Amino acid sequence: MTLTAAQDVLQIDAPLTEDVICGCIADAVRKVGCDSVVVGLSGGLDSALAAAFACHALGPENVIPVIMPYKTSHPGSKSDAMEVCTAFQITPVVVEISTQIDDYFSAFPDANSVRRGNKMSRERMSILYDLSMAHGALVLGTSNKTELLLGYGTLFGDMASAVNPLGDLYKTQVRSLAHHIGVPHSVIDKQPSADLWEGQTDEGELGFTYEAVDHLLFHLVDERRSTPDLVAMGFDAAFVATVKERVRSTQYKRRPPVIAKVSNRTIDREFRYPRDWGH
Amino acid sequence: MTDPIAVKVAAVPSMSGVEGLTVALAQITPTLGNVPANVAQHVSVIARAKETGADLVVFPELSLTGYFLEDLVPDVALRVDAEELRPIAEHSQEIDVVVGCVIVSDDARFYDAMLYFSKGELKHVHRKVYLPTYGLFDESRYLASGNTFRAFPVSCGGVTWRAGILLCEDMWHPSAAVNLAQQGVELFICPSASPGRGVNQGRTLGTAQGYDAMTKTYGQLFTSYVVYCNRVGYEDGVGFWGGSRVVAPDGGVLIEAPERDETLVVCRLSYEYLKNVRFALPLLRDERHDLDGGA
Repeated sequence: MTLTAAQDVLQIDAPLTEDVICGCIADAVRKVGCDSVVVGLSGGLDSALAAAFACHALGPENVIPVIMPYKTSHPGSKSDAMEVCTAFQITPVVVEISTQIDDYFSAFPDANSVRRGNKMSRERMSILYDLSMAHGALVLGTSNKTELLLGYGTLFGDMASAVNPLGDLYKTQVRSLAHHIGVPHSVIDKQPSADLWEGQTDEGELGFTYEAVDHLLFHLVDERRSTPDLVAMGFDAAFVATVKERVRSTQYKRRPPVIAKVSNRTIDREFRYPRDWGH
Repeated sequence: MTDPIAVKVAAVPSMSGVEGLTVALAQITPTLGNVPANVAQHVSVIARAKETGADLVVFPELSLTGYFLEDLVPDVALRVDAEELRPIAEHSQEIDVVVGCVIVSDDARFYDAMLYFSKGELKHVHRKVYLPTYGLFDESRYLASGNTFRAFPVSCGGVTWRAGILLCEDMWHPSAAVNLAQQGVELFICPSASPGRGVNQGRTLGTAQGYDAMTKTYGQLFTSYVVYCNRVGYEDGVGFWGGSRVVAPDGGVLIEAPERDETLVVCRLSYEYLKNVRFALPLLRDERHDLDGGA
């Protein structure tokens, strides 16, 4: 890899990256006989970029954005999501989730905010999959590489999708691509948040900034650098240890469930076929 | 592939001449695991290549099967005399054809192979020697390694070219190219199923830059033509980057296919041009294969 001294390791070529990702979306959708995708629009950066890529890949008429507010969602989230729809000329479906969430937790009034947040995330997944069936579409994912590696997502919630265009992009790269593709500035500039409870921010919850952790993750994961090397490069030893442990301890979120092996040919061990089998 | 394939023709006056070979590179998207569909696609593309006046059409690695086969390897494997290959042989009467598939030997070993058909017959088989089993590759799990790099004749217009095949990973081992150069190869046929990666290295993919350097270097150092044929399309989210090209014996790129599009790239090679380059730059004549590390 050739770099000039001034080039940031996270810098990517935006038109090239967009081209590759949009080709992937179009291929993944059409080869299984679909034309369109449904995508949960939170008003945040990731879902905005995913929707934009899908518009470029499939045409705006084939992108079905779904806005799913809860009663405590920041009102700016919905207005930002609407602004994304305007920018990319897509027509939203709005499905309120307060009733079903509140009905469920009326039986568990002491449930903490993490349980409630996960339930909302999985309810949104459930809606997206139902609408994908209704429209003959695929569910478009919005999880970026940073949150996937840090396990900062809800298993079978926001992590669930058929095709995920952002899964190999760090958050910092998501931001730069969003600039390139014309995501509204109000979305790009605001503090990232899962918006599952009041005042929640990603960086507040994680305890470090995306810029810092993305640079560390690039050297740690993409370049397989050791801890001594990372410290010599200037990363704080405790920060390296925290992030490494976070990646290790969330590996279960990135793998299929444990299957108790008893046969000679077990799914995902000796039974190995490509997802695109026959396509 | 439902639409007619786009055709891109090199207009290189210096490659005109009496003693020549027109090569077509079929940068296509195979259907994963569907040999009959891919055979039908090949027949269509071979016919198109013939229309362009090509003498030889080269397909990418595993063009008849797709690449990320995993447990599909035994399902798609063919014996070299398989009935499924008959249409390919039949369509090689007036144009030579190089296709990629999985072949199975009598002792049930599977090989990633390129088959060269000419005048209706199978004339040469190259079994991939170097099987990448690292990163996103897992070839040695399923495949046996070939043991040979052998030059073979390609006759056209009174000239018999000496050709050799380097199949994707084979290209990454210079000893293989040296081996073929020692056998007098003038035309390196380099089919590939190269997945694209690296968007942080400038305007083009990192893999494209790697193959750019390699094909030009081989052309220059072995004063030979290099025809590189990669596929396009996606499998399980991995995109194949295309970029098929012809490199001249002086290392210059004569024609290049666009990345990510199905294209038939057509280019005439000049035997006189090759001879003139080798006269001006007699690297092969001066090569010493008899040296060792002793004093």
